[in-house]
Amino acid sequence: MSEYIEHDRERVSVGIVEKKHFTFAAPPNAMELESGARLGPVTIAYETYGSLAPDRRNAVLVLHALSGDSHVAGYYTPADEKPGWWDCMVGPGKGIDTATYFVVCANVIGSCMGSTGPSSPNPATGRAYGLDFPVVTIGDMVAAQKALIDHLGIEKLLCVVGGSIGGMQVLEWSVRYPQTVFSAIPLATTMRHSALAIAFNEVARQSIMADPHWDHGNYYGGEKPRLGLAVARMIAHITYLSDESMRLKFGRRLQDKSDFSFNFDADFQVESYLRYQGTKFVERFDANSFLYITKAADYFDLGKQHGDGSAVKACSKAQAKFLVISFTSDWLYPTYQARNIVNALKKSGRDVSFCEIEAEWGHDAFLIPGERLKTLIHGFLERVHDEFAA
Amino acid sequence: MNSPHDLIRYDLQLIASWIEPGSRVLDLGCGEGDLLQHLIARKGVTGTGIEHNEQKVARGIEKGLSVLQGDISQEVLDYPDNAFDYVILSQTLQQVYEPAALIRSMLRIGHKGIVSFPNFSHWGIRLQVTFSGYAPVSRRLPYQWYETPNIRVITLKDFRKFVHEVGLRVLDEVAINTHSQDRYGRIIAFLPNLRATYGIYLIGKE
Repeated sequence: MSEYIEHDRERVSVGIVEKKHFTFAAPPNAMELESGARLGPVTIAYETYGSLAPDRRNAVLVLHALSGDSHVAGYYTPADEKPGWWDCMVGPGKGIDTATYFVVCANVIGSCMGSTGPSSPNPATGRAYGLDFPVVTIGDMVAAQKALIDHLGIEKLLCVVGGSIGGMQVLEWSVRYPQTVFSAIPLATTMRHSALAIAFNEVARQSIMADPHWDHGNYYGGEKPRLGLAVARMIAHITYLSDESMRLKFGRRLQDKSDFSFNFDADFQVESYLRYQGTKFVERFDANSFLYITKAADYFDLGKQHGDGSAVKACSKAQAKFLVISFTSDWLYPTYQARNIVNALKKSGRDVSFCEIEAEWGHDAFLIPGERLKTLIHGFLERVHDEFAA
Repeated sequence: MNSPHDLIRYDLQLIASWIEPGSRVLDLGCGEGDLLQHLIARKGVTGTGIEHNEQKVARGIEKGLSVLQGDISQEVLDYPDNAFDYVILSQTLQQVYEPAALIRSMLRIGHKGIVSFPNFSHWGIRLQVTFSGYAPVSRRLPYQWYETPNIRVITLKDFRKFVHEVGLRVLDEVAINTHSQDRYGRIIAFLPNLRATYGIYLIGKE
């Protein structure tokens, strides 16, 4: 996902928030991963907004995408330049209303934003894990989140919601822990990556691994693979946009010049923009985490993992009520992939709503402030909140 | 959830009167979900709607209904057999490309089907064709031939024959005189094929 974070126009916000940490699975009780490897201790960075109702039936778990973190909404300090990554959706009176719901978001394991990942110290060596960090899956990320939810004393989540890789976690939650999920909103996502999606991820990974500073993941304490990660980000970023949004945003306009430079500087605005996005990303994200999380997304296959190859069988394990949402211009996870989710849910007898939102912004549409998505989520949550309370 | 309208459209009131409380209902072409909302509030049904138009789908979901965006002829294919007690096709049959396939699917996924449609053999329409020589345009069917979504011209007699031919059975029927958006109307018992503006049919398997 990209960054579209802006201050709320009306300055409505959940306010000052705090990143917290929860550590579990200390050896010998290390967490067993899907690969068979063990990981422990595991730390999860998370944030909560709003308050848990006395009956504990108002908890909404937000799940972030590739480059996201636990900071969904609000500000860490009054001086922060930007709020959390989904501030347009989460806050008082917003789509996910923090006056009504207790909102939780945790950074996925394998990431670099406070949860245990390849840049965390390996207890066996005292140095960063690097490639000694085990390959984690979407299922492992969700299993770690479940430990947090148990720790917070939430027996059943009112809703799990997320887009893109966050949407994969939504689907995983609903079949892995059916008793714990009352409703689910998978946005702009898929039950498994297409060859196209895997191909883009592989090109991005190759870019990181081709950087001499990557050094098989052992770059901590030295020069980082800045160039490789920046190019990986540029590739990924293109897949989040659309032909139309790029035409509207950049067209063939030139950057700070009136004619071609006849060299390989950034002539076009789109070149300059992607370079800027890549450079900025390097400041905040770890290259190895990019490798691990994209691999987890490529491995994800709901039907294979939970239904012996059948998506319908996998969905039959779910008990939640679903709201599936896709966007017309999303070519990374096109609407037909959302319809595959809907079809599997229908065949397995689940209660499912589906809306394909007309949007020109491509895959990233779910992050961009928009009335349609806001009112859909708001209305759906209001309904399931009533039904859960009943 | 918003409070339901006290009075929904007259034809929908009649459809609602056939639905057993607590049943499972699928509404094909549900619009903004007025009928579903009414049935949930008054009859305690479990309801799902299918609607093509994004705006209407969103309105339905915002109201707290379960609505799927899609083409009704495609969407009915994915449900298991007997997933519903009633499958409703209200004022949409005249726009369906393959009515026989759709109605068979309706009775595969539901125990009973409810179908309503405008009666093209109403005397007003007959007179217009006879005396003006043009394809009829009325307040209920306000389209020119080249812009109408109503690609099927059906009469009450046609429909009864059709149901029989596809191997299904008419369990109940009512012919009414109302305008499409009216909350009031009346049942036509005498010469319905000539005098009724709409027909509503409850269909079952042989």
